[in-house]
Parts: sequence; C-alpha cells; structure tokens
Amino acid sequence: MQKTECHALALRQAQDEVYWNFLRREERMATKQTRALARTMMAPAVVVLFIWMIVPLVMTLWFSFQNYSLINPMMTGFAGWANYVYVIGDPSFTQSLINTLLLVGGVLVITIVGGTFLALLLDQPIWGQGILRILVISPFFVMPPVAALIWKNGFMHPGYGMLGHLWKFFGLQPVDWFNQYPLFSVIVIVAWQWLPFATLILLTALQSLSEEQREAAEMDGANAVNRFRYIILPHMARAITIVILIQTIFLLGIFAEIRVTTGGGPGYASTNIAFLVFRTGILSNDIGAGSAGGVVAVIIANIVAIFLMRAVGKNLDA
Amino acid sequence: MARRVSTSTKVGFTVLAWAVALLIFSPILWTVLTAFKTEAEAIAAQPTFFPQNFTLENFGAVQDRSDYFKHAINSIIVSFGSTILGLIIAIPAAWSMAFAPSKRTKDILMWMLSTKMMPAVGVLIPIYLIFRDLRLLDTVHGLTLIMTLINLPIIVWMLYTYFKEIPVDILEAARMDGAELWNEIVHVLVPMAVPGIASTLLLNVILAWNEAFWTITLTSGRAGTLTAFISSFSSPQGLFLAKLSAASLLAIAPILLLGWFSQKQLVRGLTFGAVK
Repeated sequence: MQKTECHALALRQAQDEVYWNFLRREERMATKQTRALARTMMAPAVVVLFIWMIVPLVMTLWFSFQNYSLINPMMTGFAGWANYVYVIGDPSFTQSLINTLLLVGGVLVITIVGGTFLALLLDQPIWGQGILRILVISPFFVMPPVAALIWKNGFMHPGYGMLGHLWKFFGLQPVDWFNQYPLFSVIVIVAWQWLPFATLILLTALQSLSEEQREAAEMDGANAVNRFRYIILPHMARAITIVILIQTIFLLGIFAEIRVTTGGGPGYASTNIAFLVFRTGILSNDIGAGSAGGVVAVIIANIVAIFLMRAVGKNLDA
Repeated sequence: MARRVSTSTKVGFTVLAWAVALLIFSPILWTVLTAFKTEAEAIAAQPTFFPQNFTLENFGAVQDRSDYFKHAINSIIVSFGSTILGLIIAIPAAWSMAFAPSKRTKDILMWMLSTKMMPAVGVLIPIYLIFRDLRLLDTVHGLTLIMTLINLPIIVWMLYTYFKEIPVDILEAARMDGAELWNEIVHVLVPMAVPGIASTLLLNVILAWNEAFWTITLTSGRAGTLTAFISSFSSPQGLFLAKLSAASLLAIAPILLLGWFSQKQLVRGLTFGAVK
C-alpha cells in the first residue's frame, strides 16, 4: 500500500518535470507575440535614452567646429579645428587636465585606503555597530554644495573655522586653505563625500567572506597581516575595482564643489575639465570653444568607461 | 558572526571605531550645533561646543533671505516627479528584460549604462541652448525632464536586478492556471516587485535631491531647488556662519533621514547590482 503510493508520487513528479521542462523550452522560444510585446514595452526607455544620448552629442560635435559666440553674433561659419586648437593650446587646458587627474587620483587614494581601513574596523566585534554605520554613511547624503560650504566656512576658514581654532590651539598660524592650497582643499571635501561610499561597498564585500574561511586561516596560524594579505584583500579585490571605476565616473564630473568654493581659482588652480567647459561655454559665452572642450571631456570619460563596462559586463555573465 | 574575542579587545576596537566615526561625522555635527547659535557665538575666538544662547532665529532669517520653502517644494517636485516618471518608463522595460530576455537584452542594458557615463559637460551647451530656445530654462518641468533622463539608466538597472530575482516558475504557475497577462501582473508580479520598486524609488529620490550640476546650470530664481538655494550662500555677507549652518541643516535633514533607511539599496543601486 505504502509502496504503491510512493510509486504513484514518483511517477507524478516525473510527469510534472517533463511538463515543466516543456514549458520552459516554450518560454525560451518565446512566441512572436511575446517578443513583440517585450519590444513595445522596452521602446519608450530605449527611444528616450537614445535621443538623450545622440541629439545633444551630435550638436556638441557640430558646435565644436563652428565659430559661435553668444556675445559676438557676427562670428559665424565653419571653424575647422580652430576651437580645438584654441582650447587645447591654452595653458588653462593643460592645467585643468592635470587638476582633473590629481583630483580623481587623490580622492581615489584617500577613499580606497581609508575605506578599507574603516570597513575592517566596522567589521570587528564592536558595540553600537548600527549607529556607527549611520554616522559613517552620512556624508554621502549631504548634497555637494552643502558639503563644500560647511567645510569652507565651518572648518577651513582661517578666522573662525574649526581647523583654524585647532591650529591656534597648538600655537600655529591658521592656514587660509582655499587661497594657499585650493586644489588640495577641494580634494579633501570630495574625499569626505565619497569615503562613505567606498566604506559601505567594501564592508558589504567583507561581510560576504565566509566565517569558515577566516577561521581556517586563523587555525592554520596565519597572523593578522597575512590573513589580510592573502585572504581578505583578494576577496575584496573585485569590490575595490568597482569602487575605483564607479567613483572615477563621478569624480571626472566634479562641479558644484568647485563652483561654490573657489570658482576654479585662484587663476586656474582648482579648475578641472568639467569646470573649464562651464567657464568657456557658459560664463564666457564661447559656444564653439566650450563645445570643443566638451568633446574632449567625452573622449576622456569614454576611455575610462571602456574599463568599467568590461568589469560590470563580466559580472553580468557570472 | 560570533567571533570569540576578549572584552578588552572589544572595548579597544569600540573606542577606536567611535573616535573615527565621530571624526567623519563631525562636519555635520558641527553644522547642526552652529545652526542653533547666535552669529556672534558662531565666530567667537573661543569656540563653544554646545550653543550657549540657544536660538531659532537663524532659521527665520534664512527663510526671509532665500525662501527655503519655495526651494524645498521645487526639490520635492523635481526629485519625486522625475523618479515617478522614470519608473513609469522603466518598469515595462525592466519587466520585459527580466522575463522575456532576447539575445540583445544584455547589449541594451550595457548601452543604457554607458549613457550614464557620458559626462554632463559634454552635452551642457546644447541642452542649455535648447532649453533657452524652448523657454525651459529655470522651469520646474524642464528640470524634472532632465533629471528623469539622467536617472533612467539607474532606475532600469535597479528594477532589472530586482525583477530577475522573482522566480519565473511563479509566473508560469499563474499562466497555467489560466490567469491572463493583466491578472498575472496585478496579483503575482506587483506584490513581489513592490519592495524592489520602493527601494529604487528611494535611492533615485536621494540622487535627484542631491544632484547639483543641472540644477545649478539650468535654474536661477524661480525653479531653483535646494542645491541652488544653498549655492546662493557661497559668497559670505557679513556675519553669516550660523545662518549658513541653519540653511545647510534645512537642506540636508530630509534626505539624510531617508538615506539612513536605504543603505543596502545604495550599495546595490550604485554598483548596478554588481555588489549586493
């Protein structure tokens, strides 16, 4: 009696399985109708993004070869490479490019090293972990102009900033950060904003490291340094790559922090490529030259993007 | 996660962690404290930690000077408006990508991601001129449109990673029962998809709220959001540190609270599902 029931059950399960497999194959070879429906549902998003990507980009490219100034309407016509020669040939371009690299590189170093340290620290058994996470993540939710202004006035102001008080406390002359070290000051502010992002992602990666792996390493007598070097760091490598690539995309476009603190100055000391395009195109009303700068910015970002797409693409397969 | 450690080790790590965390949080803490001080106290040669003469007058002054409420309302309209509009466009797209993928789905997703990488300055000038000619400069609806476009790739990606986790078998079971497509969506998909949609909404509202490139370049007085509001404090006028702190606190407080609830989604959304 029991045996037959068992058999019947097994048979039904086998039948079900065949049926489900059939359905799955059906699903895979989706009917024409389903495919048409899928395409229709995707259309709005694809079309809207396509227009958003292509139209302004083509216009930028077009303007970059035109004589086009909002101040001087007499200046018209094909400009050839003149705008590019003008933008790239100007010393401000070289300085902006160097500033961009220093800004991106500086912030990356601070956030990756600091983020790794913080992630390791927050992963330790400590009291109040939840509250600590909230404190550490908070700067990420502060909008860029607020972050820049509270640092500029509350911290870095030589007269009444916190750092000024601290310097005076140790009997030192307060530093006028934004005049003496404009780019460094911007780097500090941006690094403060992005440190939480790096920390949070590295912490998430760290917490997915299995406890057995760590304990096994511990029992094998690996000391803390070796455990970090051979177990933890390789495990976090992918997360670190992702942090670097995603931050780079955002850091190439840093704008508001510069706009509200130094205005790109003194001179061009804290102007990056993004801000240079704004200065040339919008503030100086030179549409042609601003567009040429924009095209250069797109090319730089694309070089970076190729690497990012590879990393994320690989993950999509996995 | 119960690692066995001695109490003294735990105390040591706890003290160190709190010290570092408070150091990172200190600019925000300092801003909050300064917002309730008088201007004279805020710049006193001997700084005070807690406000000695607790005052709310800074908040009133900020409202009178720059009309916080108008900017806050603009921020709410733009961030929620653009996110909801983005969801309306993205939900069908993400749904079909997750449940009826074709050979090209992956390419389309990667291409959408690539639009996010286009630097804003690369298209700033044409957008500025188009907005000028269409009279969209300094309008809330113009800004909402731009914000929808810049966040659309993230919205599609986030929804896609959430939808992909819904087991296809459940949808198939519903289909076998003879449920029609509409029923399938309303009774099966929606209840399973709502948490994912809510997280997507939350993260994108935060991103739109803090966006500071297009809001500063495309708006001035009328349609300015809170990022533009705070930028108007960039040149000091007389005694103003306490007022700046009050304005800063007003601008970040609402989103800081939302942000604390969305840490997990933040990781997932900003890494396009690469880290969960």
